[in-house]
Amino acid sequence: MKLYGKFFMIHLKSIMEYKTSFILSCIGQFLVSFNVFLGMYFMFRRFSNVEGFTYNDVLLCFGITLMEFSLAESFARRFDTFPSVIRNGEFDRIMVRPRNEILQVLGSRVEFSRIGRILQALVMFTYGFAVSGIRWTFGKIVTIIFMLIGGTAVFSGLFLIYAAICFFTLEGLEFMNIFTDGAREYGKYPVSIYGKTVFQLCTFVVPYALIQYYPLLVLLDRGKPYYSLLPLAACLFLIPCLLLWKTGVRHYSSAGS
Amino acid sequence: MRKYIAFFRLRFSMGLQYRAAALAGIVTQFVWGAMEILMFRAFYQADASAFPMTFQATCAYVWMQQAFLALFMAWMMENEIFDSIVNGNISYELCRPINVYNMWFSRSLANRLSKAVLRSMPILLAAVFLPAPYGLMPPVSLPAFLLFLITLFLGLGVTVAFCMLVYMVSFFTISSTGVRMVAVSVVEFLSGGVIPLPFFPDPVRQVMELLPFASMQNVPLRIYSGDLSGPPMRHAVFLQIFWLFALIALGRCLDVLAMKKITIQGG
Repeated sequence: MKLYGKFFMIHLKSIMEYKTSFILSCIGQFLVSFNVFLGMYFMFRRFSNVEGFTYNDVLLCFGITLMEFSLAESFARRFDTFPSVIRNGEFDRIMVRPRNEILQVLGSRVEFSRIGRILQALVMFTYGFAVSGIRWTFGKIVTIIFMLIGGTAVFSGLFLIYAAICFFTLEGLEFMNIFTDGAREYGKYPVSIYGKTVFQLCTFVVPYALIQYYPLLVLLDRGKPYYSLLPLAACLFLIPCLLLWKTGVRHYSSAGS
Repeated sequence: MRKYIAFFRLRFSMGLQYRAAALAGIVTQFVWGAMEILMFRAFYQADASAFPMTFQATCAYVWMQQAFLALFMAWMMENEIFDSIVNGNISYELCRPINVYNMWFSRSLANRLSKAVLRSMPILLAAVFLPAPYGLMPPVSLPAFLLFLITLFLGLGVTVAFCMLVYMVSFFTISSTGVRMVAVSVVEFLSGGVIPLPFFPDPVRQVMELLPFASMQNVPLRIYSGDLSGPPMRHAVFLQIFWLFALIALGRCLDVLAMKKITIQGG
């Protein structure tokens, strides 16, 4: 962990050498997710609710999902450029060092322009809570913390899968975007609105529903109390991801020079 | 003119080479489209009377949008062009006896078209065979279909002309990241990429329909589904032609200005 902190500082210093470009790309990142919000706003100008969720409920859902995703993204997004790490042989260097491979990959680049997105997530997150009219209890605060932990774990797991697949294909697979960016995009609405099939997939295959739909019901006073523990169960999703990664590392044969 | 056509053909056949990437893209876009339709279905079930288009038209809009994604998405700009401005490779292009604007224009057209040719057919085919309200309906009439094809190309022209403006601006700013990101998100939203334009409340929509962004994907996609017809349709087509020429003229002016004061970067 200390090592990761050190990596983090080095990148912060290097990015600060190019301040204007950095600020502009932060604004850009901000605008991208702001579009999604505007889209929702105009949809709800027309429709009062969807599947029993009002505008305020959906905002809360969007804020939390975006927050979970941004947290995972800001430190696990390095896996996104993992194909190039494999192709140019950088992974060989990583393998020979006596440290954990995952940690080194994560530390080899930190994307600070994502700060724009985190900021946006933070704004949406607070705004979502402000308008939700939620009745605060101790249990709900714990639920939210669980949601953030579980959500970060699930999204990080997905990034990890994306990288692990690269060991076999040497190339990033575009369809993995459905699970990462797509989940952020469509996670703005509670997953139950997409119909039964999608909902079941999101519960048992990739546990989106556990980090979003069920605990959300608790926050809205509609769920059973044990729903607030489900995000922690979603952390179990990391286990198959790690296994796949380990298999990938064992399968790895050097490419590039 | 011939050399630009040659550029076009070269790029077009280059783009056709990437078939594996296209396959992955097709799967992604198909799932993406399906999710979009499921979302609209939920809203439709919640309150069908507030739905501004027919549900079938909405589905057709979504499938067409996914199929022709490569024609209209502003984020598919060419990194090679931006890189050449930053690292100085642009000087080779400037040595040639050709106009940079025309060359890049034909090149972008070719790139987008070749991507769309590879990707659109499988998506359209699959969408046609989906059960009734969710699938792609046949075009409302033959004239509407022909007009759809024409406006598809006009829309492509407007999109490319707009991207050209961004390329031209990066001659002045060098680092293009910021301009690009802002431009991309503005286009995405105002052209009906996030939600189709009819879903916006009337006063907002009336303004949006006048902007060049509405002349991109909005017009052809809505003509296909019969959502846009009669006088408003004619109006929209004229606007498309107007914006196409206006954007090209503006791009040319910027081109001339940029060529006067260009500095070659890198070494």
